[in-house]
Amino acid sequence: MGGATVAFDLSIPSDVQYIEGIVELARQRCRELKFPAQKCSLNVPVALSEALSNAILRGNESLPNKHVRVRAIIDGGSLVFEVVDEGAGFDLKSSNIDCTTPENVEKEEGRGLFLMQRLMDSVESFVDDGNGVRLTLRR
Amino acid sequence: MSFSIKKQGEVVVVDVEGQLIVGNRQELKQKVLDELEKGEKKFLIDFSQTGYIDSSGLGVLVSLSKKIREQGGELRLANLNDDLQTLFELTKLDTLFQISDTRERALESF
Repeated sequence: MGGATVAFDLSIPSDVQYIEGIVELARQRCRELKFPAQKCSLNVPVALSEALSNAILRGNESLPNKHVRVRAIIDGGSLVFEVVDEGAGFDLKSSNIDCTTPENVEKEEGRGLFLMQRLMDSVESFVDDGNGVRLTLRR
Repeated sequence: MSFSIKKQGEVVVVDVEGQLIVGNRQELKQKVLDELEKGEKKFLIDFSQTGYIDSSGLGVLVSLSKKIREQGGELRLANLNDDLQTLFELTKLDTLFQISDTRERALESF
């Protein structure tokens, strides 16, 4: 990512109570970068919440000695979030469920990855000193 | 973020102030289930003061809707802003819930 700027780079404990603060920070950056209003009030908060809760609950299994690293990167016209946990990783393709089908719409779970994919321009997994997910939102 | 519950006529009205997310969804679930256990049947969740809802928050709404229906009751929603409306449409949950523009319309619909 040549010419990219890091907007924030934080490490948080594996506790879901930290999610709201990180999301608020991301939302502020989104507004400062003058992204469309709904991208700052809906797309970023929901998609980043999903990535963080996956990392905390599934990746790190809420273990207090494990941390989640979250970076926000401004790359040209894109806002990129990288969320890295210390877990075993998961296969994005095999976790891909359409929660809108008649048999799935009444299920309590299974909307997290779906929402990330619908609300971001791209969702990729990567390995970099842990297992990560990269969310990219273009202006 | 907090939840306040009050009774308007026969309807239990829940206001969601702030976010409905993984960190607080259990609190909402428990508050509503407590009222259901007391015998309440009609529930309205008002989102006029809500920021955003994540997948676990949506999951709790689905779960509560099922549990209330199993007890012969109804759960309705009101005051979704444009973002929340988009979220419900994306997930097709707008087909699962009866959603009203205002609290008054929702109360009248029971």
